Amino acid sequence: MTKNRIFWGSVAPVAAIGTSLLFVYIILTLRGVNPFEIFQLMVSYGFNPTSLVSITNQTVAFYLAGVAAAIGFKMLLFNIGIDGQYRMGAFFGAVVGAAVNLPPILHVLLIVIVAMLAGGLWAAIAGYLKVRRGVSEVISNIMLNFIAAAIIAYLLSEDLFGVLPDGSQNLQTNKIPLSGQMPTLKIFDGEVYSFIFVAVFVGIAYWVMLNKTVFGFNLRATGLSFRAARSSGVNAPGMIFITTVLSGAIAGLVGLGTLLSDTHSYSMAFPSGFAFTGLALALLGRNHPVGIFFAAFLWSFLERTAPVLEFEGVPPEITIVMQGTIVLSIVVAYEVVARINLRQQQRAVGQVNAEVSSDKESK
Amino acid sequence: MSVQSKNSANSSAKSSAKSSSRAKSFFKSPARITLVIAGLFFIIALVESLTGATDISSPGTSGATLRFAIPLLMAGLGGLWAERAGVINIGLEGMMIVGTWTAAWFGYLHGPLVGFIAAAIFGLASGFFHAILTVKIGIDQAVSGLAINLIAAGGARYLSGIFFPPAGGDRTVSPPVDSFPTFTIPIIAPILESIDKQDIFFISNIAGVLHGLTRDLSLVTVALLALVPLTSWILWHSKFGLRMRFSGENPMAAESLGINVYKIRYIAISISGMLASLGGAYLALVASSVYREGQTAGRGFIGLATVIFGNWRPGGVFAGSILFGFTDALRVRQSESVMSLVMVAGIVAAILSLYYSISRRWKFAGISFGFALFALWVNQRVDVIPQEFVTVFPNFATLIVLTFLAQRLTPPAMAGMPYRRGTE
Repeated sequence: MTKNRIFWGSVAPVAAIGTSLLFVYIILTLRGVNPFEIFQLMVSYGFNPTSLVSITNQTVAFYLAGVAAAIGFKMLLFNIGIDGQYRMGAFFGAVVGAAVNLPPILHVLLIVIVAMLAGGLWAAIAGYLKVRRGVSEVISNIMLNFIAAAIIAYLLSEDLFGVLPDGSQNLQTNKIPLSGQMPTLKIFDGEVYSFIFVAVFVGIAYWVMLNKTVFGFNLRATGLSFRAARSSGVNAPGMIFITTVLSGAIAGLVGLGTLLSDTHSYSMAFPSGFAFTGLALALLGRNHPVGIFFAAFLWSFLERTAPVLEFEGVPPEITIVMQGTIVLSIVVAYEVVARINLRQQQRAVGQVNAEVSSDKESK
Repeated sequence: MSVQSKNSANSSAKSSAKSSSRAKSFFKSPARITLVIAGLFFIIALVESLTGATDISSPGTSGATLRFAIPLLMAGLGGLWAERAGVINIGLEGMMIVGTWTAAWFGYLHGPLVGFIAAAIFGLASGFFHAILTVKIGIDQAVSGLAINLIAAGGARYLSGIFFPPAGGDRTVSPPVDSFPTFTIPIIAPILESIDKQDIFFISNIAGVLHGLTRDLSLVTVALLALVPLTSWILWHSKFGLRMRFSGENPMAAESLGINVYKIRYIAISISGMLASLGGAYLALVASSVYREGQTAGRGFIGLATVIFGNWRPGGVFAGSILFGFTDALRVRQSESVMSLVMVAGIVAAILSLYYSISRRWKFAGISFGFALFALWVNQRVDVIPQEFVTVFPNFATLIVLTFLAQRLTPPAMAGMPYRRGTE
């Protein structure tokens, strides 16, 4: 039975990636280039040491976004607000980190806590609207993403928190002093963010919280059935609110790897689009901490190796299309697999029924 | 004793309900709309003469408002069609991108009319794609919409990189496209212009706005505007519209009465995609004459906002898109005028607060009084409203509406819920 479950659980992601590879294969052939050559180029470029370092660093950010989305998914919440929450976390982490002077470890800890608070509080707006006003979190989060971007663009102006470094057009916050920076690990003559340990810790904590604590049990119960959880004494609306805030707090961490180990200041150059990425990774990894890791790695691999396509005369944006296709095919595959499983169950029940009734007849 | 008091309370509640319903029916009549609009103009005229800002009711602003509002309107109508049939369409933004790209490319090849038709066809196809995913396969509607946004954005950039550079464009910009001819309504427009020039308090303001709406019109604008009454008629007066609303409110019951919910949803969502795509085509062919990457700039999501703002009604969507288009136009043209707009909003809020306290709805009175105070504070303490905040005004307004008026909104009951034939 468990073997069967593992098979059906892994068939969907594999089918999805296969479908999108086929899709890209067709498009590349139409473009008149040899797909295998390009795939080979991408792999050899992606697995050279410098690329691996940058892929690892990107994976850290993607992984956190994926876990943030997965926490929401466990509650049937569609946290599309990760983008705004991540911005809030990174920005206020940078501002507070630059404004204070503390002993080294304490300083980093403060920045992390501020970032989580900022992300969590921003998500709390959507949580409140959901629980108290019945507003769909999808709509409110989309609006909140735009508002967060506007607020930060405003706060980053020169007469507030922004500074214009010499020879740059890019407004940024003040630099975080040395005590608030995180060291990098020298691997493959590159610099891997030590924030990777935080990501690993978050992954483990997510698994333990979900599977080994009462809180996690209540969370999963509420996600599976709001009414059943409520009637068995779980404060279901409260759980929804807390889960939203928790998801936002994790989303607040997304930008910290870059902030603490690389740029040391927030600028408009911080990437966007983490919301969709996070949701995609959680879907692809089936909300499992290890699955999300592989999905995050695949995603950052694609992002890193996309420029290779450019040399072959293929616009690299095809990887964006590919990411979209992966997500669609995975969701479709889950739906189809779920229906096959349902049919199998129904057939099994039908067989038992038929046996019982034929037994009765023979008697 | 207690029974008596209950009775009297009951009767008083009844009588107040009656009087309020009478008041409501009066205020729902065309008279109300005229009165409200006239009042608004009076306030605008007052503020303009007080502050010296003239751009709120200038013909330039009203013309620009129309140009900014139409794409939002089309996205909003697209959202309306889908949600009335019971499916949320978050892919509006992506479908608009489909429209901008196809309109520009086919417009460049064969002229703007062909571009427009191509945008309609490809939009229909993108809507149909969303319908297959959400209705036939039954995946999460938000996932499907977001994936469509991503694929459309990535696909447009991919295809631009291939097609545009050889044709004299850029990797992000299409070659220029001929735009549609424009016309000015004869007789009426010149009269309005002369009235506007005379600077009569209140009357010239109205004439100025109307003048902007009657000159340099594109036929496309008129045609797309006609879709508002058309949608309204289809929704409330046609058999298909009734079935569509039924599928959105209670698909199980609809199915049990012999309505093919799947078919209705297929049609509605395809049309939703077509409308959003036409909004994109308008951006590329009428509002400008070129495709540019990021041209839609989140307008699909604002379209989604107008659906909520307009309480899932075509007229409401229209009003919402005009309001959002107006703030957008003002931001682009003259950002100082936004401050006078805040003044107008503050005065309106103060009047509303007075009205609500007379009719003893204290909660609303309090809220609008708070808004009036806030407007006063902004007016006193802030010099220029930052651009960023004006840009996200639609998003903010929608959140406010959802927060304070969520109980008064009447969304289709089953919008966003997956429905499978034969299951609960």
